Amino acid sequence: MESNLYKFCLRLADTSFILSYRLGEYVSHGPFLEEDLSITNVGLDLIGQAESLFKYAAEIKGGGTTDDDIAYKREESEYLNFHLVEYPNEDFAFITVRQFFMDVYNYHLFTGLMNSSDPTIAAVAAKSIKEVNYHLKRSRKWMLRLGDGTEVSHNKMQYAVNELWKYTDELFDMDDVHKSLVEEGVAIDLKEVQEKWIKDVEDALTEATVAKPDHVKHSLVYGKNGGHTDFMGYILTELQYLTNRYPDATW
Amino acid sequence: MSTDNQGPIWEVFVQSKPGKPYKHVGSLHAYDKEMAIENARDLYTRRNEGTGLWLVKAEEIVSVKPGDEESYFEPADDKIYRHPTFYNMPEGSKHI
Amino acid sequence: MENAKNLEEFQAKIDAEIKIEPKDWMPEEYRQHLIRQMSQHAHSEVIGMQPEGNWITRSPSLRARKILMAKVQDEGGHGLYLYCATETLGVSREQLIKWLHEGKAKYASVFNYPSPTWADMGAIGWLVDGAAIVNQVSLQRTSYGPYSRAMVRICKEESFHQRQGYEIMSTLMEGTAEQKKMAQEAFERWWWPSLMMFGPHDGDSPRSSNAMKWKIKRETNDDLRQQFIDKTIPQAELIGLKVPDANYKLLENGSYETSDIDWDEFWNVIKGNGPCNTQRIKHHAAAHDNGQWVREAAIAYNEKKEQSLKSA
Repeated sequence: MESNLYKFCLRLADTSFILSYRLGEYVSHGPFLEEDLSITNVGLDLIGQAESLFKYAAEIKGGGTTDDDIAYKREESEYLNFHLVEYPNEDFAFITVRQFFMDVYNYHLFTGLMNSSDPTIAAVAAKSIKEVNYHLKRSRKWMLRLGDGTEVSHNKMQYAVNELWKYTDELFDMDDVHKSLVEEGVAIDLKEVQEKWIKDVEDALTEATVAKPDHVKHSLVYGKNGGHTDFMGYILTELQYLTNRYPDATW
Repeated sequence: MSTDNQGPIWEVFVQSKPGKPYKHVGSLHAYDKEMAIENARDLYTRRNEGTGLWLVKAEEIVSVKPGDEESYFEPADDKIYRHPTFYNMPEGSKHI
Repeated sequence: MENAKNLEEFQAKIDAEIKIEPKDWMPEEYRQHLIRQMSQHAHSEVIGMQPEGNWITRSPSLRARKILMAKVQDEGGHGLYLYCATETLGVSREQLIKWLHEGKAKYASVFNYPSPTWADMGAIGWLVDGAAIVNQVSLQRTSYGPYSRAMVRICKEESFHQRQGYEIMSTLMEGTAEQKKMAQEAFERWWWPSLMMFGPHDGDSPRSSNAMKWKIKRETNDDLRQQFIDKTIPQAELIGLKVPDANYKLLENGSYETSDIDWDEFWNVIKGNGPCNTQRIKHHAAAHDNGQWVREAAIAYNEKKEQSLKSA
């Protein structure tokens, strides 16, 4: 029976890992060269965050498990990332909105986790917050440029916000696993994060002249509990291709 | 009507560490100041090259016009009295 | 009359190893040669992101994944330094991109080959970047200032690329039978295209003599190619790879004699008939076209901000 702490690590690590996967897909497809490099940088920061947490999860699991074992060798239902990060790179507006929603979330989440009673989690949060500060500045500015740019960019931005909104309620859901970690001081109350998230996102949307969608929630089992969208299967097929095909190989 | 939408060129200056001069390292395209400095960071300081960044729009840089180099720089050539080595110091003098 | 004097002063600078800077007088042929060479160098870096980026999503470990992403990011960065250096000669990046899409500008033919396996990531890093290093170290002394400075910067970053590639190859050669086979096959796929990177024999190269006179180029194609062969064959042998050349042999002077390149293949790929020529341009053009609305939005947004500042 996996511990709550282990699940908590995976939820954070998998979310960063899969988001980084999506950004890795986008290399050489950027709208101009500087942006290609910038987005790759965000992707690299995210792998770093995921790696630290996979290492910790491997320690918790024990028995000689490595971070790569955890990152590459699980069943789909054992990955605990948010649905939001599975969403494909439909266009630059989707990439921007997905990133912005996650950046605001990570900003408030890691700020809180810096005071976690678990020293490893606190340390990861302290390191990550520097990166997230930067990511957030970037993605917020793109929200404005696209929302308040041309009519075409505004419409694409509005469409992306409308489509991705339904995936955001998962970010703040607290199940028993999470609640018990809050009691131990390891995790933080996501209701507070949600209030800050809503305020920051609303401010940005207003400034970007984009309308906030009405609250819409979907009924799928959350990613944090191992339920996934159709997209996840394809992600894992690529991600795990070599390790599945050559299970005895070292890379 | 120009279809060029790569954005203006910015010249990038990096300070390797506090106290050192800012050095020109190259240029990039960006649409606004924030993007310019963020892109400069991702492009020119990935390997701990510095702790300071300056960006200037290329069109704002003032430089010596081609053909003027002689009149700008050669007159200094014969003013060697501006250099300490020009002066004869008595034998044995110290700290001067 | 003025031109003759200018040309004399220009050549004197070249002969004295004084760098030519953007605002200096230069013969039009020198300017055009550089625009072509530098922009094609830039295009090569950016197009190279495609075969190399092919295995980012399928990278088999966390370490391999981040290293590959960082490497491809560097290639984009190199393209960027080179585009910016080219722009100092009075042509816009937008125009350079247009020429690429129209087929008027070329890029290194080596990137017109596919990268079908993970081992190709090793072979490309080790061989293609290895060949590029030989060429680029030489170019650090090129006569045009901005090009020379860009090359110095690029050379600093390039050796990580070659090590990344060689590390992958040597890891595979210490692995399972399937991994060894994968490495050997990738080596065979990239060996000849890497040698072709140095261009034709100098006698067959039309622009070589001006390039040498103006010190744009510092060493001949064949010299550089030989340097690459001599350092690479020992690296291959060290990790157990078989050189795909039945005739190669070590000479008394420490250099290697190898078979001649298949020049039909060389010219065929340059003409546009390589395996991936069409695909590479299509990919680049699609990214550029799909990004048009983004670039326009950024411009429009900035204009709005500047307007509101003015009227404030």
